[in-house]
Amino acid sequence: MKDLAFIGLAACLIAAAFAVVTARSLFRAAYALSAVLVTTAGFYLLLSAPLLAAVQILLYTGGVLTLVVFALVVAGANTEGARWRRPVPAALTSAAVFLALAATARRIPATAPLEGLESGKGVGVLLFHDYLVPFELLSVLLLGAVFGALLLARKDRPE
Amino acid sequence: MTLVNLLLLAAAVFAIGLYGVLARRHAIGVLLSIELMFNAVNLAVVSISWSKGLLAGVVLVLFGIAITVAEIAVGLALVLLASRVGKSVILDDLSELKG
Repeated sequence: MKDLAFIGLAACLIAAAFAVVTARSLFRAAYALSAVLVTTAGFYLLLSAPLLAAVQILLYTGGVLTLVVFALVVAGANTEGARWRRPVPAALTSAAVFLALAATARRIPATAPLEGLESGKGVGVLLFHDYLVPFELLSVLLLGAVFGALLLARKDRPE
Repeated sequence: MTLVNLLLLAAAVFAIGLYGVLARRHAIGVLLSIELMFNAVNLAVVSISWSKGLLAGVVLVLFGIAITVAEIAVGLALVLLASRVGKSVILDDLSELKG
């Protein structure tokens, strides 16, 4: 059952990933990216991390997709003259990187996975005990990103 | 569903994203491809964490997702700025900083 779900999700993930990089329209690429993110959330469910799946869909898919579509509408998704930039060297480079990563992945020793890893409570405890300082620093980072984005994108520049 | 299969899948998605970063001309297309690569790394981290029975990987990916959202916000603000000041979001036209 899990293997069947893995194969189905993997096929969806690869197909959607190809669509992200090859779609002619960037709106289609953005929707394909949302499909990739939701499929990855499915993998997180399979890997017994349901909290992460929820965060992935709520924060990542919702937030990033909204921002990207908004920017596409404002900046214009014009693709005229936007064909591929040297596609053959790019494909060769990424194939070489894939082969190197695959060779590394094969050397990682596989351990028997622990089934039924209950992650929600454990993640909460880790987050608010062991990783409390990074968690608070993250809020400062997000605030800085909001101010930085506002400063960069506002229309009335003082000078 | 074994660790090696999951890592191979993540490597494939990473390589596809790298192709997008190298071959796309539109700045937002490059940002989307970077998200793809980041997602592949997240999948690999969660897979290893699942295989070792550790939760630290899940926490790491939670932090990573929040940082990525900040990164994409700033990145898109830069794209909007480029489209207003440089009048283009095609990366080949934005070469003023080239030495």
